[in-house]
Amino acid sequence: MKWSDLPALNVAELRAALRSRQLSAREVVEALRDRIAEIDPRIDAYLSLDVEDALTQAETVDLDLPLGGVPIAFKDIISVAGQPCTCASKILQNYRAIYDAAVVEKLKAAGAIVFGKTNMDEFAMGSSTENSSVKLTRNPWDLTRVPGGSSGGSAAAVAADEAFAALGTDTGGSVRQPAALSGVVGLKPSYGRVSRFGLVAFASSLDQAGPLTKTVRDAAMILNAIAGADPRDSTCRKESVPDYTANLDRKLRGTRLGLPKEYLTDGIDPQVRRAVNAAVKHFESLGAEIVEVSLPHTEYAVATYYMIASAEASANLARFDGVRYGHRAENPRDLLDLYGRTREEGFGPEVKRRVILGTYVLSAGYYDEYYNRAQKVRKLIRQDFVEAFGKIDALISPTAPEVAFRFGERSTDPLRMYLADVFTIAASLAGICGISLPCGFATSGEGTELPIGLQVLGKPLKEAQILQIAHGYEQSTDWHKRKSPLAKENAERRTPNAQS
Amino acid sequence: MLPKTEIDVAHVAKLARLNLTAEEAALFQRQLGRVLEYAAKLRAAVVAGVSPATTPQREDEPRPWFTAEEALSNAPRQSNDLFVVPKVME
Repeated sequence: MKWSDLPALNVAELRAALRSRQLSAREVVEALRDRIAEIDPRIDAYLSLDVEDALTQAETVDLDLPLGGVPIAFKDIISVAGQPCTCASKILQNYRAIYDAAVVEKLKAAGAIVFGKTNMDEFAMGSSTENSSVKLTRNPWDLTRVPGGSSGGSAAAVAADEAFAALGTDTGGSVRQPAALSGVVGLKPSYGRVSRFGLVAFASSLDQAGPLTKTVRDAAMILNAIAGADPRDSTCRKESVPDYTANLDRKLRGTRLGLPKEYLTDGIDPQVRRAVNAAVKHFESLGAEIVEVSLPHTEYAVATYYMIASAEASANLARFDGVRYGHRAENPRDLLDLYGRTREEGFGPEVKRRVILGTYVLSAGYYDEYYNRAQKVRKLIRQDFVEAFGKIDALISPTAPEVAFRFGERSTDPLRMYLADVFTIAASLAGICGISLPCGFATSGEGTELPIGLQVLGKPLKEAQILQIAHGYEQSTDWHKRKSPLAKENAERRTPNAQS
Repeated sequence: MLPKTEIDVAHVAKLARLNLTAEEAALFQRQLGRVLEYAAKLRAAVVAGVSPATTPQREDEPRPWFTAEEALSNAPRQSNDLFVVPKVME
């Protein structure tokens, strides 16, 4: 294998080469380092890299472990001991994590090499990564457009072949939506399937870490490593973890897939609608049965989410006060001045908006009207899924109503940005699992190809089932084989070397 | 009938211990006003007899974890193994 071909491998391919000792972990890290140096100046997916540390890990890694020698990038909200964990916020600019998140411990135990922290919307609040206080990340399919968010750095890094796989976090769609907009696979496990220990908390009843990968199989391999009980997270589920790669090739004949009629709204880009309709037909051709179902409380999902997520964020972000870690305002007059100015200087506009909104909906006189009512509506939204799943195995829908948009196109109108999460949010509120995978391309006004994501939602703890469904679709289509122009450009540039 | 949505951003910012410039307060007043108008649709949901969603809690039990040195490693100001805060009592 040529050095320059190496970054284009997916995790399963990389593992085969490492297991058979065709490649060493050191070669893999060095090839990835070179690829990042070449491509990241144009993408800006990474916030920090520690090459020396990755090479040290490569020296001692056991190549016979399930992910032995596979470098994985982490959204900069996931604690890696000794590395920065900025949440793309000024308030954590100089912060270094003092312990590993549970997902990091587990991936290291599975042989993965922790390499690189990726850009994101500040504290995971956003759908475009434009809320990063550090820099914009560009979509590898069209550098004038956003990669989605909030795990936009992780999605773009995988799409540009400058990460073999990455971890993100999904609170209302922050793994699935950037996966859709950047043309990769993104899995949000069921709430509680993966420990939240060591993730900087945004909305604790919703946050869940998940993989962004080049293929569905890769997502299953990473879920194998990160799922499972953890006493340090009281919401973490104790059920045993199956081998998610075991039955991926199971046929879809007889699988009952629900199409939620409330998701087929007028607000969907016609090209997205066409691609999803074609995917539905494709599932039928694979023997799946398509059933129209109703999720009657869908119209309340976005409002419910913003009440609950903002409330939890305002409580979680109270810890940033300039005392124990992070930014601290200079020369405070008194304690209140220290708090008020530290937070004014450290938080960006979207974080401030949500802290204000969350504080408001939790404040005396408004708690019942907004927060408590939202928690009741959340129950109704969950019940919608319970009823639908009585008749079907999984739900399918677009992941996002639109393809990747241009920088600045949505960022002036917070409400419009919030509405872009309409198809992912209800599943987050219900705590069920979901995956986004490529299902086609739209053509922009300028003729660029923009990826479209298909979402498959499954019952709580039924990740194995949505992975099978997604894998069955993926392996019988060619969408996942398409590379973003930046990845292709690299492949073309390699050609002369191949002849020499 | 519930009252019309109103948010006093300047007041809420005080509760949140978050200073805002006058421009930010005015901008958020407008933007969050719209978000709350949108959220008012929750009033139409029929929630009679529905109990609010909750999440499991655990006991808050002490356990060995960081050393004092580790806990202080990110402190913007420290002295004698303690975090430094402005004077709170005269």
